[in-house]
Amino acid sequence: MSETVLAQQNSDAILSTDGIPLKQKLARTTRKLRMRAFLLTLPLVLFLVVSFVLPIGQMLWRSVNNPAGSNVLPVFAELIQDWDEQGLPDEPVFEAFVKDLQNAREKREIGKTVGNLATRVNYEMPGTRSLFTGTGRKINKVTEGPYKEALLKINKKWDDPVIWRTLKRVSRDYTPAFYMAALDHKYDDQGKMVPADDLYQIYVSNFGKTLWMSAIITFFCFILAFPVSYLLSTLPMKASNLLMILVLLPFWTSLLVRTTAWIAILQTEGVINDILVFIGLVANDSRIQMIYNQTGTIISMVHILLPFMILPLYSVMKTIPPSYMRAARSMGGTPINAFRRVYFPQTIPGIAAGTLLVFILSIGFYITPALVGGEDGILISNLIAYHIQKSLNWSLGAALGAILLVIVLVFYWIYNKLVGIDKLSFG
Amino acid sequence: MNAIKAFFSNMKRRNLYFLIACVVVLLITQSIAVTLGFIFLFGTPLFFMKELPLYASTGERIWQYTYLTICTFIFVFLITPILVIVPLSFNVEPYFTFTEGMMSFDPSAYSLRWYKDIVYNGMTNPEATEGWWADMWNNAQWIRAARNSFFIAICSTILATTLGTLAALGLSQPNMPYRSLITSLLISPMIVPLVIMATGMFFFYSDVGLSGTYLGIILAHTTLGVPFVIITVTATLTGFDRSLIRASQNMGANGLTTFRKVIMPLILPGMISGALFAFITSLDEVVAVIFLADVEQRTIPRQMFSGIKEQISPTILAVATLLVIMSIGLLTIVEMLRRRSERMRGLAPA
Repeated sequence: MSETVLAQQNSDAILSTDGIPLKQKLARTTRKLRMRAFLLTLPLVLFLVVSFVLPIGQMLWRSVNNPAGSNVLPVFAELIQDWDEQGLPDEPVFEAFVKDLQNAREKREIGKTVGNLATRVNYEMPGTRSLFTGTGRKINKVTEGPYKEALLKINKKWDDPVIWRTLKRVSRDYTPAFYMAALDHKYDDQGKMVPADDLYQIYVSNFGKTLWMSAIITFFCFILAFPVSYLLSTLPMKASNLLMILVLLPFWTSLLVRTTAWIAILQTEGVINDILVFIGLVANDSRIQMIYNQTGTIISMVHILLPFMILPLYSVMKTIPPSYMRAARSMGGTPINAFRRVYFPQTIPGIAAGTLLVFILSIGFYITPALVGGEDGILISNLIAYHIQKSLNWSLGAALGAILLVIVLVFYWIYNKLVGIDKLSFG
Repeated sequence: MNAIKAFFSNMKRRNLYFLIACVVVLLITQSIAVTLGFIFLFGTPLFFMKELPLYASTGERIWQYTYLTICTFIFVFLITPILVIVPLSFNVEPYFTFTEGMMSFDPSAYSLRWYKDIVYNGMTNPEATEGWWADMWNNAQWIRAARNSFFIAICSTILATTLGTLAALGLSQPNMPYRSLITSLLISPMIVPLVIMATGMFFFYSDVGLSGTYLGIILAHTTLGVPFVIITVTATLTGFDRSLIRASQNMGANGLTTFRKVIMPLILPGMISGALFAFITSLDEVVAVIFLADVEQRTIPRQMFSGIKEQISPTILAVATLLVIMSIGLLTIVEMLRRRSERMRGLAPA
């Protein structure tokens, strides 16, 4: 039978009551059902797009877009782009620069002042702030050309072509400079990308430290969670339900409460130190610093994230029939072998789920390191918050955030592939 | 192996030894207390002791005891911080530690001072007899924070539960298009670091005039609560027998009646526990509040955060104790609901 005949037979085979071919009718119904399912999720999707996706998108945009240069110097910003970077720019460029500065000084619009420009240039060329603000104060004295000479009279430093190269870069709205800064690189005098000075290389090492501490925390969580989950999964229902409370209560307790508790326990005047002094293990004047450093961050974060490891491990272990281990033993396996080769491989889905979840959560932790981390126990989140709230270098904060976001999303993707997001559950 | 070595050499060695010593001491003292508690309650030190088969060797017995002891330590580690703050909050001194008087159970070393401080702090005249309630309600810092917290939490819980339940219903339909993509989008607020989310919202909400408003924080907290509702409601819908829906429609029920009479009772436990999760998430959330809120909208955790950073006083411990009591209450409700739901769906023996 040829294919055309088959198709023909199919098409005029069965009709539904209203005369439409059944296949078509089915497709229509399925489409309707798909539509209905989608419409149910639509309100939330729209809500999240507005409250969550757009803000993050805008942050990403801000990490490459910083129009401070062209905001303050609109005319100059266009003229300088034609400059060939040899020697000093021509007179018209200088004229535009002086007039733009005078304009900015007169208008004093928010976000368009000489100070904004000074801050922006200072990010790329530290130590130039006073040159800009100082010149800004005197710029109104310049009334006629030649503008180049007038500017040099205000401050000799304008003679330096490096400043003009920096200004040329700053005048562009879109810049990779903040990603370079976030990865410990900067522009050199020639405008090439070079590693930042050793003293300023803080971000890459901080990303490394964040990943490293997250790995440590995940490791300790796993070490502590495995025996407990095993116990919970093998105990009779009544006992395990009772013990489960010990796991769930910390899970339900406020993060800040648990962090506070660790401060009370670990600080130099805290519970542990007092006990040690009381016993005589430690002299009163040499109390141990266990908090406001890495140790404090690790201990409290292990405690806070432990339930996130125990719960997925437990739910996987509960599904492993105990008879498997007995079978392995009865076939002559030693306890260690039976555990290693029969039981352990079956727990791997749980381990993957738990470790990935704990790792992802700890990479982005902010509150606990901020409170107990001191100087060296802080994570990358704290640096981001510092740039957003204190130093107000928003573009750098956004760039750091974007890199962190990419790291987290990569692990989220792995989690989705290995475990499946629908496997997530609590309690 | 190398990685572990590097970690230990990274850490200050002296710190590490002390740390280990301290943890051991803490665990020993605590486990003595817990063991006594277990003996008192269940008549055996390790009440979760499993019966060993008769043929178990000496080695296995030793291992069994060691294993159970290790587990006890871990449980102690989990629960100690929460238990420690309770007695400390009754300290008469402004310290975060047990005084000698407390150790010897001297009643005069305990007081309700810090609990009173929760109410008094910020009041214009705590001694006044007239207008005391109005003064407390309007001026006491912690009371205002609590009002803010509950208002924001209730609003965002309602929003998150409504939107989340609808979406979970959609996601569990067999015909859902782009299911995995949309699921990962809807769960992602739980995964994306809070600082990034808060930063994004800080910029965006400032532009649209939402920062420093209740609405801004409510939207942020709703976003955070949604994943929990989706997860719990979806969990109650797994293994949901879809023929129940057909049966109800067969008997002439329209969509709304089917939802009300058939679907709703089944997903209600999931909805409630999702709502409670969203509620506690909002009540506990501080990063978004730090980035988005003005002094007007200070919540309890925000107040605690600055309390810990600036002027540390046992008032925080008193607040913490109250929060622990609340979480015990919420946990009890969620556990009851979960068991009820499992019984209803026949997943677990009653």
